Amino acid sequence: VLHTTRPLHTTQQGLAPLPPLPEKGGEVRHGLIPEEFFQFLYPKTGVTGPYMLGTGLLLYFLSKEIYVINHETVAAACILTVIIYGIKKFGPEVAAFADKLNEEKMSGALAMKNEAIQALQTAIEKEKKEQWRVEGHSYLFDAKRNNIAMLLETNYRERLLMVYNEVKKRLDYQVAMQNLRRQKEQDHMIQWVEKNVVQSITPQQQQDSIAKCILDLKALSKSAQAAV
Amino acid sequence: GPLSERPLMEVRLGELHTWISTCHVSPQGLLGAVQKAWSSYCDKYIHVRRGGPSGISMLLAGYCLLSYGWNYQHLRRHRWRKYH
Repeated sequence: VLHTTRPLHTTQQGLAPLPPLPEKGGEVRHGLIPEEFFQFLYPKTGVTGPYMLGTGLLLYFLSKEIYVINHETVAAACILTVIIYGIKKFGPEVAAFADKLNEEKMSGALAMKNEAIQALQTAIEKEKKEQWRVEGHSYLFDAKRNNIAMLLETNYRERLLMVYNEVKKRLDYQVAMQNLRRQKEQDHMIQWVEKNVVQSITPQQQQDSIAKCILDLKALSKSAQAAV
Repeated sequence: GPLSERPLMEVRLGELHTWISTCHVSPQGLLGAVQKAWSSYCDKYIHVRRGGPSGISMLLAGYCLLSYGWNYQHLRRHRWRKYH
């Protein structure tokens, strides 16, 4: 059930903060009679007017027994005495306690509000920093572009080198093939020539050559002996 | 301001008759008047930062007076004297 005695959000400014509570309530004298009554009677009867009125009314009610004195009167008197004594003795302490509770609530709410404001301030500063960072983006992009250009260049050169190596390998292969072929042909021809020559040496020629060698050796040994 | 819009405290005694005639006397009107009176009483004496005992004590005193009034016919029989 809504506490309907305080009209909230009844005006157009439904979302505006409520006005703070008044510090003190309406003035009341002796805890029972509002001050307006005394002010109302003051111009005509002065300061003692309301008290005279009260005394007169009280005596009138008592004498005409419009107010009847019975056991309840005694009970009311005792209760009122106790209540007034209690209020006079413990009033300030209770008031201080209530004020402390209120103060704690208010400080909690204020602290929350301040924290929220602080957080928003830091957020604003961070946002400004981010905006300042954006200005440096051009440098960042330039550096990145340079990096990319270098990567592209490196890649291009690597590929160039690879192409060169591959082509060289193929050409070397061809050269090696040609050399090998020539080598093989040479060897083969030499072998063939040697084989044919060896085949063509008939036994007669062999004996002749051996005899010639022996004669030569004898001649040489003779000349060598002479030299020694 | 105009008579019908003034609060009761600012109506002079001579104009009370005309002021009553300008009220909207209907259940909703009466209920609205009661609610307004209650809320103004609360705003003045109860919903304050440093209130005292007067806020509730006035209500209790009014309750005492009302209940005395309701039981007056019964209390009249317990008078001490017959003739005043």
